[in-house]
Amino acid sequence: MARARDPAALPRLLLTLLAVALLWPGLQLSELNPGVLLQAENRKQIATFASAFWPPAHDAEFIKLLYEATLQTLAVATAGMAFALVLAIPTSLLASRALSLRAASRGGRAGVWSRLLRMPVRGLLIFLRSVPEIVWALLFVRAVGLGPTAGVLAIAITYSGMLGKVYAEIFESVDQRPAHALLQAGSGRLTAFFYGILPSAVAEVVSYTVYRWECAIRASVVMGFVGAGGLGQQIDLSMRMFAGAEVASILLAFFGLVLLADLLSRFLRGRLA
Amino acid sequence: MTIELHDAGLRHGKVRALEAVSLHIAKGERVAIIGPSGAGKSSLLHLMATAIQPSAGRLELFGEQPWALSARARQRLRSRIGLVHQAPPLPPRQRVVTAVLAGRLGQWGTLQGLLNLVYPTDIPGARDVLAELGLAEKLFVQCGQLSGGQLQRVGIARVLYQRPDVLLTDEPVSAMDPVLADHSLALLNRHAQANGVTLVASLHAVDLALAHFPRVIGIREGEVVFDSPAEQVTEQMLDALYANEQLASRPEQGPTLAVQIPRC
Repeated sequence: MARARDPAALPRLLLTLLAVALLWPGLQLSELNPGVLLQAENRKQIATFASAFWPPAHDAEFIKLLYEATLQTLAVATAGMAFALVLAIPTSLLASRALSLRAASRGGRAGVWSRLLRMPVRGLLIFLRSVPEIVWALLFVRAVGLGPTAGVLAIAITYSGMLGKVYAEIFESVDQRPAHALLQAGSGRLTAFFYGILPSAVAEVVSYTVYRWECAIRASVVMGFVGAGGLGQQIDLSMRMFAGAEVASILLAFFGLVLLADLLSRFLRGRLA
Repeated sequence: MTIELHDAGLRHGKVRALEAVSLHIAKGERVAIIGPSGAGKSSLLHLMATAIQPSAGRLELFGEQPWALSARARQRLRSRIGLVHQAPPLPPRQRVVTAVLAGRLGQWGTLQGLLNLVYPTDIPGARDVLAELGLAEKLFVQCGQLSGGQLQRVGIARVLYQRPDVLLTDEPVSAMDPVLADHSLALLNRHAQANGVTLVASLHAVDLALAHFPRVIGIREGEVVFDSPAEQVTEQMLDALYANEQLASRPEQGPTLAVQIPRC
């Protein structure tokens, strides 16, 4: 019997109501009150600090300092990402259902055993990303001392967890039929992945990786505040000295870096899409 | 016997796709499967291709039971079976040459498979099979730029390149014009005859089935209705096979309660 109404309408409505009911108390609990920004006292404070922003610091000595700090930030983010990828790529392949041989002949449903075997890998990925990179950085600053090494290790650990999880999900979200057809013709699982999954997933994977690299740049800045070097350490020093002009220059450098990441992502997506 | 089915049944949840199908297909036989939409033609082919496991009964290929084998041995067995899908599942960004060469992934080692992605290892081989289907000039085009009929021919080219012992084709020419459909079916039959390959094809077009295949199997609602040489298929058999109660105009009886079996 065909029903006159869309059977999906009621669940959708209920889910929307549930989301609103869950989000509303969150807004109350976080004590969000944009009014504080407009109070006279706070307005004056912000105005004095912000007025020192113009013109941004541009003397040769500071520019050199800024250049070195920018390079260090870039290096920390890139090295951290490289280490993260070394761990994320194999774990994402292990965690993803996309390469299950049984799923290929059961309409995409993996067997009980393959689900059980994937659980420890998923657990590892959850563990890796459950601790924020700033906490890892604090731990590593204690362990290996002040400097970029702590930042690289912190990014490598947290980001491998994030990348591994999202890669695994991207692999599962693309059309599985090409890989299943290859598995059904006797292909191995790794080759089925490279011929059947990756061509459809590559644009998404690259775009997410570049976005994460952008996030790693920001994270390495934040970790600079706890002594992991780079632009973060520099902005911390400048803020303490109320050197608004220097802060402005550093913020411009941030902007430039993120713009660069965005352009790179756009270029790569254009090439791959 | 190359393909044997003993009382094989298949269920998708509560929907019955195949019921107690028993078939014997010998090496080198060429068989067409016909029947109305949703009769279970695709299910039967996928069952023979070990793409799905029967929920009842038994399947034997080359005298072995694929679902009793280890996963590794089953993958080896599967590399001897080629299945052409109705809508070939090819990633739109994959180039035709890669899609065709992927036919032999089951025979190649992992390393050769990966090297083939860096640089196609057998361009002449891929060009030869594509040329037979009139697609040689599309060798380095992405699959996403091809039409449905061209994609079907790439799917056929991949299986021809695979050189399997059993060639199963699920509506292989449904998106082609009559001339091309005739040519492609003739090519598949020539290839099967020349190499002693067992060929099983499901077809919508009854005339194509009768013209190209010595043996025709009619299935309806998941059961074999007839299984006979092509020249003995009569008009009455076809009428009974395709008779459709749901389309018959008898509105005074109210809604019919026939079970709708979705195409699979």
